[in-house]
Amino acid sequence: MKRTPSKTVLVIGGGIAGMEAAARLRQLGLQPILVEKSDHLGGHVADWHKLFPDMSEAAALVEKGAAALDGVDVRLSTEILFVNRLRSLYNVMLSSGSNVQCGAIVVATGFSLFPAEKKEEYGYGIYDHVITNADLEKWFNTGEDPRVTDDVRKVGFVHCVGSRDLKAGNTECSKVCCITAIKQAIEMKEHFPEAEIYCFYMDLRLFGKRYEDYYIKAQRDYGIHFIRGRVSEVGENIEGKVVVKAEDTLSGRPVKVTLDLLVLMAGIIRNPDPLPYDRRGRIPPKQRQSRGHHRI
Amino acid sequence: MDFGFSLSQSSTVNLDKTDLSLFHRVHEIEPDVAICMACGSCSATCTSSEFTGMSLRSVILDIQRGRQEEARKMLSGCMLCGKCSMVCPRGINTRRLILTLGRVFDGEDRNTRRDIRKEVRK
Repeated sequence: MKRTPSKTVLVIGGGIAGMEAAARLRQLGLQPILVEKSDHLGGHVADWHKLFPDMSEAAALVEKGAAALDGVDVRLSTEILFVNRLRSLYNVMLSSGSNVQCGAIVVATGFSLFPAEKKEEYGYGIYDHVITNADLEKWFNTGEDPRVTDDVRKVGFVHCVGSRDLKAGNTECSKVCCITAIKQAIEMKEHFPEAEIYCFYMDLRLFGKRYEDYYIKAQRDYGIHFIRGRVSEVGENIEGKVVVKAEDTLSGRPVKVTLDLLVLMAGIIRNPDPLPYDRRGRIPPKQRQSRGHHRI
Repeated sequence: MDFGFSLSQSSTVNLDKTDLSLFHRVHEIEPDVAICMACGSCSATCTSSEFTGMSLRSVILDIQRGRQEEARKMLSGCMLCGKCSMVCPRGINTRRLILTLGRVFDGEDRNTRRDIRKEVRK
């Protein structure tokens, strides 16, 4: 296919958003190039098991997205080295050694999960049965994690780990953890029907389509307990079980519970923007002195 | 020996020792007991709360935390006017829930559970 630079759109990030954007641009008759730094498409969803609020398979969504990329130039294991502005185009140097001229750039670089070990008081990486939401999804997929025992009777979920937290350096709400915790709690209850499951929340932000119904289902049909109060401290008892302390703010009393597994809902941190904006919010023009193989 | 002082009991809710059997029994008959989100509408509109301290929200929370006696005591302050069922945003049939709670507290639920289910189906 002959590439027309003015019709070329560079999409940075091969997660669900980037895949969707590239497929739609292709439908519009443009020539998208999808650049992904890892060796596979799908981003975080590729590591997930099932999705809220309908328990659809994560792998199916990634497959569907990839199938829609017909005619899109997909470059895996590729990163952006630098971007600069030409008269009416952008010049992008890729780590693969090729450079691309395009009329527009879509930034879909997504997020990273908050490193839960930074909230040391929750004991991730210290105690034997504390895992993150991402670890739990991995366990749903593989069934292999020494921290999840075979006879789990009590599970706790801690909402807002490293989100809405000034001290942790991330004041933003991750928006989807609440519904993810509910999904994971239900999935856990299906794995261990006898287990008591406690969700420790500050407030529940269930804004999306059918999220509230899903919450009611978790309460009424699955009997998941929701305790309003942020977990303040996690410890380990002599049997190696996790001891959680919080305030039950509805009762106005401290609450204490011993658990077989504690899941930390690690929040979302925006990935840094890969584009070199100047003070006016524009991408700087190509420097005169930058000569070399990418020179036009 | 009397030292002239005493120790007060810890107010901590210890979920390890909490007996949830009563809550589970109520939940089985009235699944909607679990969907209360503690908004407080029922307590705010309660006609007898001013006189008896009745608060359905607290009753539901108490049985979820194993404080059966407190719940039972508070429940006796209800005069079954049913105003709370008009304001509940979750659509809980609060009046029926209170009646069920009364039956469960009296241990009558074991015999009447089938009858109540029949009634619910109507």
